[in-house]
Amino acid sequence: MTLIYPRESNQANPPRLFPGYKSTSKRSPQKPLILMRQTLSELTGPVYGHETVRPNDHDLTIQHKGEPLGERIIVHGHVRDEDGRGVPNTLLEIWQANACGRYIHVVDQHPAPLDPNFTGTGRAQTDADGYYRFVTIRPGAYPWGNHLNAWRPAHIHFSVFGHAFISRLVTQMYFPGDPLFEFDPIFNSVLDEKARMRMVSNFDLENTKPDWALCYRFDIILRGRDATPMETK
Amino acid sequence: MAGLTPSQTVGPYFAYGLTPGGKYDWNDAFSNDLVTPDASGDRIRIAGQVFDGDGAVIPDAMLEIWQADGQGRYANPRDTRALPNAAFKGFGRCGTSAKGEFAFDTIKPGVVPDPDGKPQAPHILLAVFARGMLLQLYTRIYFEDEAEKNAADPVLALVPAERRATLIARRSGGGADYRFDVHLQGDNETVFFDV
Repeated sequence: MTLIYPRESNQANPPRLFPGYKSTSKRSPQKPLILMRQTLSELTGPVYGHETVRPNDHDLTIQHKGEPLGERIIVHGHVRDEDGRGVPNTLLEIWQANACGRYIHVVDQHPAPLDPNFTGTGRAQTDADGYYRFVTIRPGAYPWGNHLNAWRPAHIHFSVFGHAFISRLVTQMYFPGDPLFEFDPIFNSVLDEKARMRMVSNFDLENTKPDWALCYRFDIILRGRDATPMETK
Repeated sequence: MAGLTPSQTVGPYFAYGLTPGGKYDWNDAFSNDLVTPDASGDRIRIAGQVFDGDGAVIPDAMLEIWQADGQGRYANPRDTRALPNAAFKGFGRCGTSAKGEFAFDTIKPGVVPDPDGKPQAPHILLAVFARGMLLQLYTRIYFEDEAEKNAADPVLALVPAERRATLIARRSGGGADYRFDVHLQGDNETVFFDV
């Protein structure tokens, strides 16, 4: 099976210049991007084995002596291509604020407490079906300087590789029903509502663990389609 | 057919997860040193800075590179050509410093064919991520000392002549050091590709 990467699929992505998100004004190109044919360079990408992910890297609640404060959650789902096939053995990296909305990053000055038992970063590799699973705590919302009273909806940052360098995706997973959605320019930079809602996880009662943790499902669709159309039976 | 999960910015706080560099209680999955002991080819260092539209350095960008080995072979199953491949993986990641600086230690890639089988000049793919960027930008790093191959490269040929220089890493100092700056915007705006 040979994958192709139709350019049209990129229409789901936000524009590079989105005035509501002020930092885009000086960090987006003003000259046209050069259209080019994809070559072997674009159609290949890094392949990593299990050595990249240690056994407990997917569990952000057991990286320290004690347990982090906050609401323990399971975040799981499938990484799939545009035809719905699972993307096997691909690396996911996540990072997030703690339950109070504070990042451990040295630049984050939000006056909310750090949690000595929470770094807020994890890794997982999808299995043969494209399935992944993290255990973490629900991140808090936090303020930022984009405009007066700007708050980011709670989110988990995701970095995913896929089959090719051009299937690479960095995105953010949101939680259903967040009242901050309508005020957040980063979330709303995705102009198509259906596409925007694909960044919102679904509450997953079926996989919620009784007396332990709520579960959210976040399926991720990366670029890539089968070059040969599927046969109809 | 399912629609893509849209891209969002990497934000200002990715470093502790993606490029911790010993400063956080987390290990690095990737490095800016791609050289493996068995990799053949010329060892090179590519260094530069990332600038915004005001010419200010960007201290919170992440750069990722993807390249073939010295024989022009990608460490990926889609590259099925019968070429030897070392432990060289061809992928590197680097966060910029407070001065917007980055550097990669790697080997000079070999020649890779284009879709028609014509040779492309040695090049490295570069993806740029940063706060204020809602999705990554892709560009290519070519080499000043490959003038003849560059002149015949099918991708460089698509680029207006007056902008090609933004894609060429310049020899700097002695030896195997190259300089490659990235300008996200402005008069010297780097050429980015729609792939």
